[in-house]
Amino acid sequence: MSTTSTGAGTGTEPGTDAPVTGAPATPSRGGPPLLRATDLVKEFAVPGTGGLLGRADTFRAVDGVSLEVRAGETLALVGESGSGKSTTARLVARLMDATSGEVVLDGEPVTHVRGERLRRFRSDVQVVFQDPYSSLNPRHTVERIVTAPLVYQGREVPGGTRAFTQGLMERVGLDPDQFRRYPSQFSGGQAQRIGIARALAVSPRLVVCDEAVSALDVSVQAQIINLLRRLQREEGFSYLFIAHDLAVVRQIADRVAVMSTGRIVEQGERDSVFDDPQHEYTRTLLAAVPRIRPEWERARREAADARAEEETTA
Amino acid sequence: MVRFLATRLAGMVGVLFLVVLFTYAIFFALSPDPAVQICGKNCTPELIDQIRTNLGLDRPFYEQFLGFLSGLFVGSTYGTGANAIDCAAPCLGYSFQTGQPVLEMFEQRFGVSATLAVGAAVLWLLMGVTGGLVAAIKRGTWFDRAATGAALGGVSIPNYVLALVLQYVLVVKLGWLPFPQAVPFGDDPGQWFLNFVMPWLVLAFTYASMYQRLTRANVVDTLDENFVRTARAKGLAPGLVWRRHALRPALTPVVTLFGMDFAGLLGGAIIIETVFGLNGVGKMAADSITKNDQPVIMGVTLVAAFLVIVGNVIVDIVYTTIDPRVRIGARA
Amino acid sequence: MSALLEVEDLTVTFSTKNGPLDVVDGLSFTLEQGASLGIVGESGSGKSMTSLAVMGLLPPTASLRGRVALDGTDLTALPESKVRRLRGDRMAMIFQDPLSSLNPYYTVGMQIEEAYRAHRTGVTRRQARKVAIEAMERVHIADAARRVDHYPHQFSGGMRQRVMIAMALSTEPDLLIADEPTTALDVTVQAQILDLLQEVRRETGTALILISHDLAVVSEIAEDVVVMRHGVSVEQAPAERLFSDPRHPYTRALLDAVPRIDDEIGELRLVDRSIDAVGGKP
Repeated sequence: MSTTSTGAGTGTEPGTDAPVTGAPATPSRGGPPLLRATDLVKEFAVPGTGGLLGRADTFRAVDGVSLEVRAGETLALVGESGSGKSTTARLVARLMDATSGEVVLDGEPVTHVRGERLRRFRSDVQVVFQDPYSSLNPRHTVERIVTAPLVYQGREVPGGTRAFTQGLMERVGLDPDQFRRYPSQFSGGQAQRIGIARALAVSPRLVVCDEAVSALDVSVQAQIINLLRRLQREEGFSYLFIAHDLAVVRQIADRVAVMSTGRIVEQGERDSVFDDPQHEYTRTLLAAVPRIRPEWERARREAADARAEEETTA
Repeated sequence: MVRFLATRLAGMVGVLFLVVLFTYAIFFALSPDPAVQICGKNCTPELIDQIRTNLGLDRPFYEQFLGFLSGLFVGSTYGTGANAIDCAAPCLGYSFQTGQPVLEMFEQRFGVSATLAVGAAVLWLLMGVTGGLVAAIKRGTWFDRAATGAALGGVSIPNYVLALVLQYVLVVKLGWLPFPQAVPFGDDPGQWFLNFVMPWLVLAFTYASMYQRLTRANVVDTLDENFVRTARAKGLAPGLVWRRHALRPALTPVVTLFGMDFAGLLGGAIIIETVFGLNGVGKMAADSITKNDQPVIMGVTLVAAFLVIVGNVIVDIVYTTIDPRVRIGARA
Repeated sequence: MSALLEVEDLTVTFSTKNGPLDVVDGLSFTLEQGASLGIVGESGSGKSMTSLAVMGLLPPTASLRGRVALDGTDLTALPESKVRRLRGDRMAMIFQDPLSSLNPYYTVGMQIEEAYRAHRTGVTRRQARKVAIEAMERVHIADAARRVDHYPHQFSGGMRQRVMIAMALSTEPDLLIADEPTTALDVTVQAQILDLLQEVRRETGTALILISHDLAVVSEIAEDVVVMRHGVSVEQAPAERLFSDPRHPYTRALLDAVPRIDDEIGELRLVDRSIDAVGGKP
């Protein structure tokens, strides 16, 4: 984190500050941008500075970020801690006010909306958080959690709360008979499904996933990723997917934006960013990810395929 | 750091001013006419008016308040002419009942209260903190249960009950201590000391109980910390783990609480002093309430508030020195 | 020559209000001098409990059965005072979160010195300080002579973990146990720490047990791997064999589920069926 506006970093400092955008090819999915953020800036006061006379020092967690999410696609925002990705997500979801910059949803500026318009915004943009046990009210039942967004927006629950809840639970892979239970009574993956169901209750057009699978075990993570993809196929909404794990991002993203010290240093189609990274920081990041040796992987896959062959021929 | 100090001191002055204003306003509004009090038995309305003018009681509130404020810094004079009474700075008021400036009354009695506070503090810190530490280490054992029970008792029993019971047991029944007698230190240090033993014990027991519970809870929490696990993983002797790694962080809230408690105690332990007949600030406060001696009551209120506020600020400053995360900023 | 560490039929039981719970159940493995072993598993697999059991750091509510032999000596049969002498001296451990694992009230130098002096007699303050500075230099902390007097909060996450490693190595242990040492760190920092662990092993010949849920991390470091699930070792093999030819259905499912960075989508389709086949909980 820096206290200057040029965003000079530490350790993983990229060689150049100039952001690199992948070739502006035709979008692989969707048409016009559903959400566009322009030059977002978020400044925080540094605690401990400031006092009687003089204002506190500020630092920019988000330092001029512009991105777009098109309808039906997944834009992944990756970066390490302190990169500003979570703050950006919160700005986009209007959980925080930007110091400057604009957020436009479907052509309509929403950066400073309040009251009724903000509520309408919330029915279009929902958030799934990292830890379901702390982001879901532990004293509310699944039914209450899942229908809450509609209730808060003063909308009628179609078909009655019970039927609605159970329908949603089935869609996310939960047992519909458990609508009376509390989040603590579910495993991590199941609890996260409740969070996803809740986000879906208002039929949003954009779901912001803030490290939504980071706290899950590997096997559960895979299932949730599959679920998220299936839901997107079925419903056609977009994801803004925040993650630090590049391997997860590879599985789920259409386009990728790499962030470092409050700025996007590289953006582009997923495969081109992964296979042909332009910015030095992206290359460093990719090189640092631990990998299982390709020859081992190949051998394993071949053995698995051979087994599958045997089963079908048997 | 300097900025921090300046902020705190400025805040302190602000709070003190508000306290003085508020206290003065309350006493101004509620107290009976001092002129009537001074006048005494053979009063006539003319005499009352005369006294009132003399003392400046016919002036508007803000004038009187400003007069009081300036008196705090430069002293003031009551009345005029031959009967004028001089009240040296800081003038906390003048007690017409005892015929002394309130400050002088304080000076005479502060030593007793301070002795009481210091002695009790030493005792309760020793008893409370070690008791809490041992109880935390041996949690669940008989020691822990006994200590917790005793602490519960100390917190629940009203201290005057405890004082009377202790007096009865130690003085009357067992004869281990003589009856308390007011004796100045110079005359008979031994007796003077013995006078304080019971008040110390009673006061210490009440506070020690709170500190035992607090220390125990904090140490229990700290024992679960990851850095205690690291200390054990390094193979440190258990005593070292407890004293160096568990106790030190647990003491921070204890220190802050102590600052407040001690400052408050310096303002006088009203009940204890009264029960044991110690001529301290607390007893002065109790007496002045029963005798309705307004200036003294107000003086005591102001001083007590002052001590607590100052204690608060000192505690804040001390806190910044004992926690390195506060003392030294973030990453160098 | 006996192996450095022999774990035989280790069972760790917690007494809960629903009855006794075996968090580790009949685990056996060996570790040779200077070798590296990876223990992988998801949450609840018992991998962390295993390391605590070896170090003798289990909470009082846990009971232990089986044999844990360090260089032929059964640690489970020794009194606590003797185990304490080995702990931090012959076997050392580093943990997941370096920020909370270091005492914020003391300098890092003091905490390293403390580890050293706990196991060496007649060490002067100056000697201990020298040891601390050298330990910090060995883990590539720049400006060690000055930073030895800094407090933990003055270091970044990766540096703090280096401090932990320095602390663990100050007594030149035969065995280093690292429990999720990089999980709380950024990926670039993680790579540096893993490199550091490799380097340390090369230079000092210390044996390493690396515990992680991250299969890729384990594959880069460990020579042998133990896969744990619900307290039980489901498969053990040298790394190459385990990753190229996993035999147990759970190992296979786990490897299938790991998202690949070099891969395309489509692989994850295998996950659902295989996990269900072994009755994994979603």
